[in-house]
Amino acid sequence: MNFLAYAFMQRALIAGALIGATAGAVGVYVVLRGFSFIGAGIAHAAFGGVAIAILVGVNPLWGALVFSLLVAWGIAYTSRRGHLKEEVAIGILFATAMALGIFLLRFVPGYRADLFGYLFGNILAVSSTDLVASFALAGAVISVIALLYKEFLFVTFDPVMAEVAGFPVGILQGALLSLVALTVVLSLRVVGAVLVAALLVIPAATVYQFVRDFHRLLFLSAALGVGEVIGGLTVSFYLNTPPGPTIVLLSAAIFVVALGRRRR
Amino acid sequence: MKPVVELSDVWVELGGHTVLEGITMTVGEGEFVSVVGPNGAGKTTLLKVILGLIRPGQGEVRVFGKAPWALGRDRARIGYVPQTEEVDLSFPIRVIDVVLMGRYGALGWMRRPAAADRRAALEAMELVGIGDLADKVIGEISGGQRQRAFLARALAARPDLILLDEPTTGVDPAASGSFYDLLHRIQGRGVTILMVTHDIGVVSQFVDKVACINRKLVVHGRPEEVVTDEVLAEMYGCAALFFHHGRAPHMVVRPHRAFRREGER
Repeated sequence: MNFLAYAFMQRALIAGALIGATAGAVGVYVVLRGFSFIGAGIAHAAFGGVAIAILVGVNPLWGALVFSLLVAWGIAYTSRRGHLKEEVAIGILFATAMALGIFLLRFVPGYRADLFGYLFGNILAVSSTDLVASFALAGAVISVIALLYKEFLFVTFDPVMAEVAGFPVGILQGALLSLVALTVVLSLRVVGAVLVAALLVIPAATVYQFVRDFHRLLFLSAALGVGEVIGGLTVSFYLNTPPGPTIVLLSAAIFVVALGRRRR
Repeated sequence: MKPVVELSDVWVELGGHTVLEGITMTVGEGEFVSVVGPNGAGKTTLLKVILGLIRPGQGEVRVFGKAPWALGRDRARIGYVPQTEEVDLSFPIRVIDVVLMGRYGALGWMRRPAAADRRAALEAMELVGIGDLADKVIGEISGGQRQRAFLARALAARPDLILLDEPTTGVDPAASGSFYDLLHRIQGRGVTILMVTHDIGVVSQFVDKVACINRKLVVHGRPEEVVTDEVLAEMYGCAALFFHHGRAPHMVVRPHRAFRREGER
């Protein structure tokens, strides 16, 4: 049976491709800035937002969006002000938001299954409305990267120089983290809060083994992201395994092969 | 000589510590000045004050006659060469793209570099002698070449003032010497140069002035203490200077060979 015949599978593949491309591109900045941990932190904070949204009865993705953006700017602010080490701030936020999510969900019985979906993803449940939201989010993230390509490259490679040249480095770094936050929200349906960091980090880290040009890294990482999500979904369909973990494991396997074959 | 950089009684406090205390100095148009002092003396802070990244708690700073944080278009007239150690050598970027960043400030938001920018970048690379390295990845070239790449980036904007922060750290002595020589030639084109270094020995052959600053002295605030500080005096050969001028950060001195001591490079 051809898996493309199923409408849910078609939606999953389209959403998956959008997510793969967005996470692959944003992941380049995540990997180069060395803030892989931030991706994980924002994802867990987003989960706290999901719980609050469920509690007050709005679309959980709105909660995820607000929470992850708050955390993104919180991290950007903390790292600029330097009162607290970035990873300490993230470590605290990350576990607290997660605990808050699980704590609050105690008071909304009947939503446990949904909760599980946000933790580990459930791409096969993507609705047409979700698909529209995915297009909007992915479109927004990719447009911002295209428009601010030069600015983001500058603050990623040499923030001091960017500041000297008159660019608002704090705002640009906050904007980059916001893109991470949007990508997390976008990916929540696919791999869930626990595994989002993998989509952000693995494609970029894999391509980085072979490519020494920023522009190509950005494109190829996005392309590999699409390939890995679609490949993982396909494998999960035939093996009847959970899609999120299958995508992550496939990506990790490709990364290991790349590591063994890298140029340098 | 028209002053390009003027500091008058500049005080800076960072995280509760006084980093610069009452610095007064002037860099005139076309001069090559080096700022020397031990680690933690506030040298980098001084550059950041001039760049407008740190505002002094007290005192006046003028660059091209304006406050550095209100330079507007004149900001593009300043080239900056940061410490190379701060750069991520594993970053996937080509030398030409690094040099092009020197044009970003003048380009403004969202505009991509055009052919004219590329020409300016290549010209700057030719000038510093790395014209053939355009397509190399930044981590693949030698420390000396990288240093020239960052100088080329500063030059790509065709600045009137170049600030350098410990440009030869991690570069071998021969390469450092030719780097200073290159700066000297750039000065010959009418560019004002202010360079922070702790390498007073070699530098003094090339510069017009040496300014000695030391945070420790500043913190104590009394010149007598610095004068008796044998270690610093030995290391930097500044004892006599401090003596004459009284206030340490105030110091701007004329030729230097006289102050060089045995055991210095």
